[in-house]
Amino acid sequence: MNKIIDKQQFSEKVVRLTLEAPMISRSRKPGHFVIVIPDEKGERIPLTIADADPVKGTIDIVVQAVGDSTRDICAKEPGDYLADVVGPLGRATHIERFGTVVCAGGGVGVAPLLPIIKALKAAGNRVISVLAARTRDLIILEPQVREYSDEVIIMTDDGSYGQKGLVTEGVEQVINREKVDFAVTIGPAIMMKFVAKLTERYGVPTICSLNTIMVDGTGMCGACRVTVGGKTRFVCVDGPEFDAHQVDFDEMMLRLRAYN
Amino acid sequence: MNNDNQQSNTISPRDAKWREELRNSMSAKQRTAIPRAKMPELDPAFRVTCSAEVNQGLSQGQAMLEASRCMDCPDPQCVTGCPVGINIPGFIKNIERGHFHEAAVVLKETSALPAVCGRVCPQERQCESRCIYHKMKKQPVAIGYLERFAADTERLSGTGELPARLAPNGKKVAVVGSGPASLSFAGDMIRRGYEVTVYEALHEIGGVLKYGIPEFRLPNAVVDVEIDALAAQGVKFVKDCVIGKTLNYDDLLNLGFDGIFVASGAGLPRFMGIPGENFIGVLSSNEYLTRINLMGAGRPGWATPAPAGKRVAVIGGGNTAMDSVRTARRMGAEEAFIVYRRSEAEMPARVEEVKHAKEEGVKFLTLHNPVEYLADENGHVRAMRVQRMELGDPDESGRRSPVPVEGAIDEIPVDLVIVSVGVSPNPLIPDSIEGLEVTRRGTIAVNDLTLQSSLPLIFAGGDIVRGGATVILAMGDGRRAAQSMHETLSAR
Repeated sequence: MNKIIDKQQFSEKVVRLTLEAPMISRSRKPGHFVIVIPDEKGERIPLTIADADPVKGTIDIVVQAVGDSTRDICAKEPGDYLADVVGPLGRATHIERFGTVVCAGGGVGVAPLLPIIKALKAAGNRVISVLAARTRDLIILEPQVREYSDEVIIMTDDGSYGQKGLVTEGVEQVINREKVDFAVTIGPAIMMKFVAKLTERYGVPTICSLNTIMVDGTGMCGACRVTVGGKTRFVCVDGPEFDAHQVDFDEMMLRLRAYN
Repeated sequence: MNNDNQQSNTISPRDAKWREELRNSMSAKQRTAIPRAKMPELDPAFRVTCSAEVNQGLSQGQAMLEASRCMDCPDPQCVTGCPVGINIPGFIKNIERGHFHEAAVVLKETSALPAVCGRVCPQERQCESRCIYHKMKKQPVAIGYLERFAADTERLSGTGELPARLAPNGKKVAVVGSGPASLSFAGDMIRRGYEVTVYEALHEIGGVLKYGIPEFRLPNAVVDVEIDALAAQGVKFVKDCVIGKTLNYDDLLNLGFDGIFVASGAGLPRFMGIPGENFIGVLSSNEYLTRINLMGAGRPGWATPAPAGKRVAVIGGGNTAMDSVRTARRMGAEEAFIVYRRSEAEMPARVEEVKHAKEEGVKFLTLHNPVEYLADENGHVRAMRVQRMELGDPDESGRRSPVPVEGAIDEIPVDLVIVSVGVSPNPLIPDSIEGLEVTRRGTIAVNDLTLQSSLPLIFAGGDIVRGGATVILAMGDGRRAAQSMHETLSAR
């Protein structure tokens, strides 16, 4: 049982929850995720970690209500409990001094991107973050991203905030004006697919972080399998980050609909 | 494990006066004339509608009669067929004389989980395969049924008596995983006076006994009794804790553990690497069974979705394949069939499981191997292409190896495929502990006798060492590791 300490409603369907999870708060690194079971008869949902406070023993998760279980999680209030939270799972992000790094985040993908942005900045990189969403209200964690980025570009589909256009257009602007050494993209599969296509064209090494269907999250079930470079890999133990140029996004998007 | 030792140390030695009298109370002719007990089973038509346990257990009368079939051999070969060397005649003769509690005590001397092993052990390949009755061309004594009877009677009579525990010795041990190896290790160590903490990655204690083996073969209640008894003795269980992730090796050392037993299980499901294997509706038996057994998929009120199929193919011939195909029948499959590349004779599954599956309407497509899956426009599997096989020369496992019949490929409509072709060791623990040696197969390398790893504080057993074995072998490893870790820690 993990108690919810704080809640922030980012938009109608997106919330940030601060949870008591002392062991996870100490062991998690950028790139890790957790599995949450909302209630006793609930399902196991993989969710990303947006932040952690090892002193208070808390972690922050950002959840978008897309199905019954995520709706249940989003409906919880401070003082309520989640039945189970396990983690940190997956492999941590490989951080080094690449030079100039573009971090492209879409929707709630900005949440797992934030710890990576922080770590890249701390490693001495020039970090340019491109945040994208359908509309202004869906841009999340902008102040936190700004704090650790050398520059932030905002893209909205409807032009209600920042520039009107897709995330790829923001990334391409940067690539066209200066040398980019590395890119990280996290967001909806379709977005990562197009960011990967773009950076591949320009020869910029790129990693993406995948959020697939999982059951156990420790390698046991294989529900999360994806094809990377022609080989089947498990997102939970081999990932969640992979070389974005090698991921078969079409297959991944298909598999995300397995239980729809 | 030294069987002679266990025999002489048992509370029911063969030379006890009561056993001598019992032996002489009936002639060999009388004993061998009794037919082997038939396990009462639920009707197949009923049992495919629910998850109730198929085997109902012998009645007291049946059990005592079956026990009287045992000849109480001077050199009992059944014991040599048991991976942990249970004093089999010792417990059986106690059943014959109606001392069921003593029978259970004899079992508990050697087996931490007799109610489990009595249900899931492949007795036909172990103890029962060595029974003297085979020499008389008769069916062996039903040792498995009797083991279950003794363990269940003890559990249901509910004296709740806990094993004696030595005074705390001030030493702490950690156990990684909570399956059969871990539970038996934990039981042995708590009784020796250690402080024992079991770390489980999932949200339920029991490992494969909970997520893997279905309710109709091993009810969770049977497992929970064992877990509750350990908890009552003082074993601490920590769920939702992944060693190597939530806590790493150094964290465990900092927490003051003097020894660590790693029994984290079999791990990653294997796939065949054939085209279409990642289509929707093709999944591992681990995923299928975990969803249904652990996550309650398909039960009202439980959130996890169940993979639905009317025509379900299960690939493989092991117990997990049988568990999956029989589960599919219970989940509403109109047609559920096994696809296996060898013939039925080579199937590794227990004879009883194959029999039960057939009674439940499961079809067997043997000597066939899938080569490709085909999908509909939504990416959902709709058919499989299978290669017909024939048996060639024996391979390294001693089984005749299947060889493709050239050009003989059939297409079979299916809407759910469950791949049950084995598992690879989970790299999670080995990857997270520097200096822990692994074998070429990725299992943890240990000393065969002591189960000690390349790191002196770490012992390992069960499937993370064996790759994929049985509950009884895992349980035996737990006991052996407890013994050798105790010796190591006592010597320090």
